[in-house]
Amino acid sequence: YVFTTFIKLSEFTKSKKTLSKPGVRNVVLVEGVRTPFLQAGTTYADLMAHDLARGALQGLLNRTAFPKEAVDYIVYGTVIQEVKTSNVAREAALGAGFSDKTPAHTVTMACISSNQAMTTAVGLVASGQCDAVVAGGVEFMSDVPIRHSRKMRKMMLSLNRARTLGARLSLLGSLRLSHLVPELPAVSEFSTAEMMGHSADRLAAAFGISRLDQDEFALRSHVLAKKAQDEGLLTDIVDFKVPGKDIVSKDNGIRPSTMEQMSKLKPAFIKPHGTVTAANSSYLTDGASAVLIMSEEKALAMGYKPKAYLSPTYAIPKVLERSGLTLADIDAFEFHEAFAGQVLANLTAMESDWFAQNCMGRKAKVGAPPMEKFNLWGGSLSLGHPFAATGCRLVTMVAHRLKKEGGQYGLVAACAAGGQGHAMLVEACPQ
Amino acid sequence: LFYSCLRGSDRVPLFPSPARTHVNYEVKDNVAVIRINDPTSKVNTLTRQLQDDMMEVLNEVWGNSAVKSAVIISTKPGCFIAGANIDMIKVCKSAEEVSKLSKEGQMMFEKIEKSPIPFVAAVNGTCMGGGLEFAIACHYRVATKSKKTVMALPEVMLGLLPGAGGTQRMPKMLGLPTAFDVMLTGRSIRADKAKKMGLVHHVIDPLGPGVKDPEERLIEYLEEVAVGVAKGLAKKTVTVEKKKGLMQKVQDAVLGIPLVRNQVYKTVTQKVMKQTKGLYPAPLSIIEAVQAGVEKGPAEGYHVEAVNFGKLAMTPESRALIGLYQGQVACKKNNFGKPEREVKSLAVLGAGLMGAGIAQVTVDKGVATILKDTTTEGLARGHDQVYKGLNDKAKKKSITTFERDMTLSFLKGQLDYSGFEKVDMVIEAVFEDLSIKHKVLKEVEAVIPPHCIFASNTSALPIREIAAASKRPEKVIGMHYFSPVDKMQLLEIITTDKTSKDTTASAVAVGLKQGKVIIVVGDGPGFYTTRCLAPTLVEGIRILQEGVGPKKLDSLTTGFGFPVGVSTLIDEVGVDVAAHVAEDLGKAFGSRFGGGNVDVLKTMIQKGFKGRKSGKGCYVYSAKKKDKQVNSGTEEILKAFKLTAPPAVSGDEDVQYRLVSRFVNEAALCLQEGILADPVQGDIGAVFGLGFPPCLGGPFRFLDSFGADKLVQKMKRYEDAYGNQFTPCQLLLDYAKDPSKKFHK
Repeated sequence: YVFTTFIKLSEFTKSKKTLSKPGVRNVVLVEGVRTPFLQAGTTYADLMAHDLARGALQGLLNRTAFPKEAVDYIVYGTVIQEVKTSNVAREAALGAGFSDKTPAHTVTMACISSNQAMTTAVGLVASGQCDAVVAGGVEFMSDVPIRHSRKMRKMMLSLNRARTLGARLSLLGSLRLSHLVPELPAVSEFSTAEMMGHSADRLAAAFGISRLDQDEFALRSHVLAKKAQDEGLLTDIVDFKVPGKDIVSKDNGIRPSTMEQMSKLKPAFIKPHGTVTAANSSYLTDGASAVLIMSEEKALAMGYKPKAYLSPTYAIPKVLERSGLTLADIDAFEFHEAFAGQVLANLTAMESDWFAQNCMGRKAKVGAPPMEKFNLWGGSLSLGHPFAATGCRLVTMVAHRLKKEGGQYGLVAACAAGGQGHAMLVEACPQ
Repeated sequence: LFYSCLRGSDRVPLFPSPARTHVNYEVKDNVAVIRINDPTSKVNTLTRQLQDDMMEVLNEVWGNSAVKSAVIISTKPGCFIAGANIDMIKVCKSAEEVSKLSKEGQMMFEKIEKSPIPFVAAVNGTCMGGGLEFAIACHYRVATKSKKTVMALPEVMLGLLPGAGGTQRMPKMLGLPTAFDVMLTGRSIRADKAKKMGLVHHVIDPLGPGVKDPEERLIEYLEEVAVGVAKGLAKKTVTVEKKKGLMQKVQDAVLGIPLVRNQVYKTVTQKVMKQTKGLYPAPLSIIEAVQAGVEKGPAEGYHVEAVNFGKLAMTPESRALIGLYQGQVACKKNNFGKPEREVKSLAVLGAGLMGAGIAQVTVDKGVATILKDTTTEGLARGHDQVYKGLNDKAKKKSITTFERDMTLSFLKGQLDYSGFEKVDMVIEAVFEDLSIKHKVLKEVEAVIPPHCIFASNTSALPIREIAAASKRPEKVIGMHYFSPVDKMQLLEIITTDKTSKDTTASAVAVGLKQGKVIIVVGDGPGFYTTRCLAPTLVEGIRILQEGVGPKKLDSLTTGFGFPVGVSTLIDEVGVDVAAHVAEDLGKAFGSRFGGGNVDVLKTMIQKGFKGRKSGKGCYVYSAKKKDKQVNSGTEEILKAFKLTAPPAVSGDEDVQYRLVSRFVNEAALCLQEGILADPVQGDIGAVFGLGFPPCLGGPFRFLDSFGADKLVQKMKRYEDAYGNQFTPCQLLLDYAKDPSKKFHK
């Protein structure tokens, strides 16, 4: 079977290589959907994370008409956890009507949480444990858990255990004003105590990326996203009905501005000399995404037309080397855009021999992707970045782009807090 | 204009200038970027050449009307300006000569302060002494938050004062109390702290790797930011004024009252007197210079600063402190070459106070360390000690809690010898008993790889006796740490005639990694440090027996400059340890180590007075009371052992010199016998390990300044009264005979 695929592909594409390996099951993306990505605090404001996740899961089922009981496993990503639904995968799946016999677990890996969910799914399918796995991710920034202070929590917990009125009163008597200061969710990384935006600004400075470059790149993202939206290319979106409000069917953060307007903004993190501003960073976003990942044979047997083959690892050169490809073989690039400065710094690093030799242990640079193949339908800067939902959006988008542009190979890459990265090769399935 | 513009650009040397090697500049968008880099050294110091180059550049910059503001930056990695060059002061013959140097510095910085165009100091790396005085003469300061960026006025530690306007500008910038704190302690200030204090206006974070070396890029980035500020200053979009908090405003208002200021001077002077016992002239000179400037105006202030600077440079205290500084630098080098293998993993035997301390200073440099003990209780205590040491640092914010946890992950506590087959060095810190040391040595040698070094942390047992049980004596060495290990800087390394050079090189490399100042000495009972300490302690007991109370003895010793008095020292070391050492060394060296009666200590031990650790020793220790009381039990014992003091040699001064002469004579004997390789290591060991008065610079520096002949005269008097423990050694006699002979050139 693999052999026939190979023949078909070689007829179909310009390249003779393919990702399929003899003896290993081909893993395919059958479909990918997402809710519209909205700026935090807008139409989704009164919902909860599992509501959006449920929307994405239901949307996936609706679009594929996939039998719920045929889903072997569900993996879902999330970053800022709603404490009431700590296994949000399970809550959303049950709510979306999946079988209670389908196990579901939640993963977290900062901005590449859904990339990790997909990677887990690919592993489950490739190893033969599952035939059909749903992966996805959700982020809900309109509401975040704000805790009582540690002192207050400790007092409340002791209060629970206090038996006598006297003991309770004496505990209450220890209440001080400082107990009432709330604890916000950490905006900085635990290990480095540094905020992401601050880190991005330093990164841009380390690579000498100017404010102008960043603003231009952000503007490009918004302009391309607007164009894609207007041309109806963002077909991964499924409508979401907000109870008591309208049906949402479009992303609401795409706002092409002008260079002049953008240049007026003050730096958001490193003041006054920083270069990262609100306009060249991705914004706080609510949204969810989901993909159906299957073994190719099962998908075909069930009558589906898979969109793409998936092959994930944790870095671009690794994924390329493992598959015997070079950057030149790639037709569509989809990189996560957390900050314009971060994307541009990464591209500069890929072009740098110094970086390759001193920081990657390679002999020579990887090379940067050509801009005419890069994030052509916008990116996280413009479409929005619901942390744990972005990975599936990237993969689905690259699959759609390959189809639209007639390419064979797509490359997805994303970075995450904690100094982690993720890359995935996506190969168009024969039509 | 045309001429200087062209001259200004490094890239277009149309008119070759006379060799300007240390300072250069370039004009960027009307900002003169003045770059400092001393090509002859790893650090920039304010040498004659640098100052001349700087003046020349400054004059060109001021002569160029296109230049609207300026940036001063160093292109040397990790160093802005490390300070004035000490050699410049050392070659001066008179106070007037040194004062002249000070005046030149004052004038250069005053010109910058009064410059018609604003100056921005862009600081990355060491910015100390004259370097910081330079920076604060500028109108605006930007600093990187790199770990290497450290600001300080450490002159006081060299017995000097900040002599280039520091005593005048600091109070204006930081307010009197903080300025005194900075100048009188010489403490190091990191960039973020400097920002809080108002010492710098703006800080920038260090950068990670980019497309070139991060440090190189950081300097470029610093320059970009500083040029931005400089442009802003020229256009007046940036101001040099710092916002003052409410507390600052209140403090300024209060200090505006002359009476309050007088009180401040008084309090600070009292504090200094209490801490220095009046033995250090520099802090008082600093106060005087500050006071002159604040109360009588800048002209008088600068004058007093320069005059005092000159006077201080000629004091023996300053010479002693500079000698210690240079000795310390010398003792932070490995003179035994690069070891064949780097020690990457280390095991410490015994999780007691010393063992855990050694483990702590090793793991915090990222070296994997096994801490082995024989009981879980002992191990848990040791582990807690390391945790506490690191946690204290985290509390003081010198490391983050994350760094604390990561550091702790290098520590592996265990009860058995598993993993010893992979360690490169074992340091034993087990009980001071030769048979126990032999037992662990044999156990360890059965499991370690052939290249592994065995180091013994002992304070007195001769290494060759320990090594006698070894199958591979060339790999056996002594590493004598001082308690508390994480605070005491000294490490005494002891080699036997069998210890190989590579083993020594390895031990020194490990010690340097642990951040120690290292002396390498020959083997023998008590090595160097314990050997000097023992007769001093024995003499202390003698003095106590003669009826001088523990408190009086303490005040006499601290009054001579020792940081800790002899009675307190006995309690800190432990009465049992002191008895052990006194007895052992007494046996080895005979009557020279006599004087006091060791039975005093033994009786104390019998009664349970083992020193601070047991709650009672010479003093009674309680957690509540700060002021310690003399232990009446010990007083009774002393009465029982009472001896009559010969009146001719029992005055306060004689008591002090009896203690010091025995110390110094033993040190000289160590040099005479070759235990010590040179006087520098002798001075460093005595000051950093035993607390010999830093103002005297160590036993050998003391002999040079006090005069060997004078000491020999005193010793002869004591010898007549007491006997041969005061007989001066041959080396002392030689130096006494010829006053031109000096230990330090």
